[in-house]
Amino acid sequence: AFLTRGGIYTDDVLDDSLVGAVHVSFIRSPIAHARIESIDASAAREAPGCVAIFTADDIALRPVRPMLPSIDAGFSRPLLAADRVRFVGEPVAIVVTELAYQAEDVAELVEIEYDPLPAVVDPRASARDENLLFPELGTNIACVFAPKEPDERLFEDCEVVVSREIVNQRVAPAPMETRAAAAVWGADGRLTTWLPNQGAQGTKAALCAMLGVDAADVRVITPDVGGAFGAKFGADPEHALVAWVAQRLGRPARWSENRYDNLLAMTHGRAQIQTVTIGGSRDGDVQAYRLDVLQDCGAYPAIGALLPTLTRMMAPGTYAIDRVESSARCVVTTTTPIGAYRGAGRPEATAAIERAIDLFAAEIGQDPAGVRRRNLLPAFDVPHENGHGALYDSGAYQDALDLVLDAAGYADLRAEQAARRARGDVRVLGIGLASYVEITGGGAESGAPHENALVEVHADGTATILTGTSPHGQGHATAWAMLASDELGIPVERITVQHGDTDLIPEGGGTGGSRSLQQGGAAVRQASRELIDLARQRAADLLEANPDDLRIDLERAAITVEGSPHIAVGLAELAARERLFVRAVFNAPGPTFPFGAHLAVVEVDTETGKATLLRVVTVDDAGVILNPLLADGQRHGGIAQGATQALLEEMVYDDDGNPMTATFADYPFPSAAELPTFELVSMQTPTSYNSLGAKGVGEAGTIGATPAVQNAVVDAVAHLGVRHIDMPTTSRRIWQAINDAGGQA
Amino acid sequence: MQVEITVNGTPRTDEVEARRLLVHYLRETCGLRATNVGCDTTSCGACTVLLDGESVKSCTVLAAQADGHEVRTVEGLATDGALHPVQAAFHTEHGLQCGFCTPGMVMATVGLLQENPHPSEEEVRESLEGNFCRCTGYHNIVRAVLAAAEAGA
Repeated sequence: AFLTRGGIYTDDVLDDSLVGAVHVSFIRSPIAHARIESIDASAAREAPGCVAIFTADDIALRPVRPMLPSIDAGFSRPLLAADRVRFVGEPVAIVVTELAYQAEDVAELVEIEYDPLPAVVDPRASARDENLLFPELGTNIACVFAPKEPDERLFEDCEVVVSREIVNQRVAPAPMETRAAAAVWGADGRLTTWLPNQGAQGTKAALCAMLGVDAADVRVITPDVGGAFGAKFGADPEHALVAWVAQRLGRPARWSENRYDNLLAMTHGRAQIQTVTIGGSRDGDVQAYRLDVLQDCGAYPAIGALLPTLTRMMAPGTYAIDRVESSARCVVTTTTPIGAYRGAGRPEATAAIERAIDLFAAEIGQDPAGVRRRNLLPAFDVPHENGHGALYDSGAYQDALDLVLDAAGYADLRAEQAARRARGDVRVLGIGLASYVEITGGGAESGAPHENALVEVHADGTATILTGTSPHGQGHATAWAMLASDELGIPVERITVQHGDTDLIPEGGGTGGSRSLQQGGAAVRQASRELIDLARQRAADLLEANPDDLRIDLERAAITVEGSPHIAVGLAELAARERLFVRAVFNAPGPTFPFGAHLAVVEVDTETGKATLLRVVTVDDAGVILNPLLADGQRHGGIAQGATQALLEEMVYDDDGNPMTATFADYPFPSAAELPTFELVSMQTPTSYNSLGAKGVGEAGTIGATPAVQNAVVDAVAHLGVRHIDMPTTSRRIWQAINDAGGQA
Repeated sequence: MQVEITVNGTPRTDEVEARRLLVHYLRETCGLRATNVGCDTTSCGACTVLLDGESVKSCTVLAAQADGHEVRTVEGLATDGALHPVQAAFHTEHGLQCGFCTPGMVMATVGLLQENPHPSEEEVRESLEGNFCRCTGYHNIVRAVLAAAEAGA
């Protein structure tokens, strides 16, 4: 259907209950930091098509508390800015019109006076607490994580110690579908709302909290979702406000933001300033590592304040390092709030350690592959405690590295690099490596790692699966049907997978954190197997046989007597007698830790500084692969996002807090022309944590590719004396780095 | 104003506002909602359709400009229930994930292969520069375009 009539995204939803919907749009702050002096909407209210204008004074909804309980409630975010705006794009007023085309005309007539305050864009400046976003709190620092007793002798016996600041820049998730909502309140007082999300159940909980209504009074329906990448988890203030407008006016309401609003007001990702310090012996043993994170949370500390906890947990990466320490400070700035973006805290950890390893290797003049091999943890299948709160379930990091080096032809690449340098080629070659381990399935929105599935066989021989996961391109409809088909013998094309309607599926953890197959898929398998057990019980009565003698005949989707295949009853027939379904909850013993190694090859023109990505070779071990086509698709997308964070992407603000990259004409969204075809190598080390042996794969690409590509760029110009270039490694930055290093450019 | 546009082979006459964009005309007036809007700057190509057989970004064409012309959207590509070779190739090569860019990507590909029936990988990548996808890393999209070319689309 995607290929013939297109998906049905929120803006495409046609429902009788939405006929006559008003159009909602938001007037957003054009200033990074200011007091709101006055709002005059009198002229706008008289304009053609204007239904209503609402401001904070009209709305009695509670602000959204920071997610971390340890953060002062004073950092809460009002749904509409009340007397102060804290980022360009913050909603200040709601414009309700009859038609979409009238909204901009009406909005222009709303007069808002601002009294500007100093912008705070750089998190380092924010941490100095000179200009406060929340003056009554006396600080911009939302929270601090640090060891109780820092080891002052962490690097004492190290022959070599290297330290430097690394910027893991702010990027925009930029799903192709922007945010949207449609909302209507029924005569029964219940809200039905359609909106793009990553888990209807978590979205419903977030909406209930913002609107102050009971869970029983809200139904969230998830239409097709045009990409999410972490930024569509839960619900944003705008989603709640659309529902509020619908209630206030007693009419259905719709909202669909444009790209400008999306880049301004949907959460951004990453935004860490990291200080890495790495120490070891001159012959290549890494003995100590320290990571200090300054996390920019944007204007309000939401998911942003959680990211460094994941970064710290994964700080040591794939290495056996005696002493590792980390700390983090989370500060607010007058910029768009930071949220989850593909990897969410783990790519930042990998970027830090992988850059640090290369800095160390460069300092001691050794090959980065050799330094990695020397310091990687040996293979293990008994869970390994990493000393930072993560229990790695299984890993074979050296094998992954060796595989990727072989597949890429590492020795040949180094020879080619040397030859080009010897020839004095303008276009030099860079080879970058990253070894990674990440955490997936770390817990649903609803808590500990678990997921439910309901499998039902119908009298007509079809089956339905209800899942608590929330696919938006990952292909669960195919994969979940495959899992059930394998157990039930019902062909895949006769199995329907449903998700994302809280009336139909009240529980669910959604899709994110690379959790879906290992929890949601495992639940489908479990429910299918339990359904066969149930069918055998029922068939036993019918066939007057012992259930132990019965088995499923997958050819016929029927229960038969062992050794007497002519005695059989079909699952469909059993379903015709009595509804045949099982709802199962799969409980995972813990998160899983996929791992791998990436190798990137770039060509850098030393005269212009332009880097061209030539190859990305990856080993991504996500345990047992159910569907290679779907898994590889996840890898491709992640690799692209990782590679282009390294090369191109950045959400840029000027010193006054004005976003400089708030359109697709300015934000360097990657196109096909900037990327090569990727080279994927297969490696599958099962986990014992679920019956599928599967780990997560959705975020592997961003985690491995980002540092591999960045390391490749630095490596390309290393012979000119360059040790580090911050991302994105644009032509200008590379050119500057070559000049600063005094190399020939 | 009144426009006469042939949409997916069917002539229509409609009353539209002069400032109405072709994409909004297609989505709202014609009810053809496969064509999506992904940006406001003619950058992303989610809204790509064929205008007299050539691919255009329908967010940057006024409905009025299509007056007297022929427009084809992805809904008008399959014939008698059989997928167009480009659609078939995107299906076989898994050239889509969330599907949002897909209608535009497919129409851009149809346009591309009309101009250049046997493009190299590099030509495909350069030609699709104006069509964004956030899910696939373009890997399988490029494969799908090459496969469609191979199949003689």
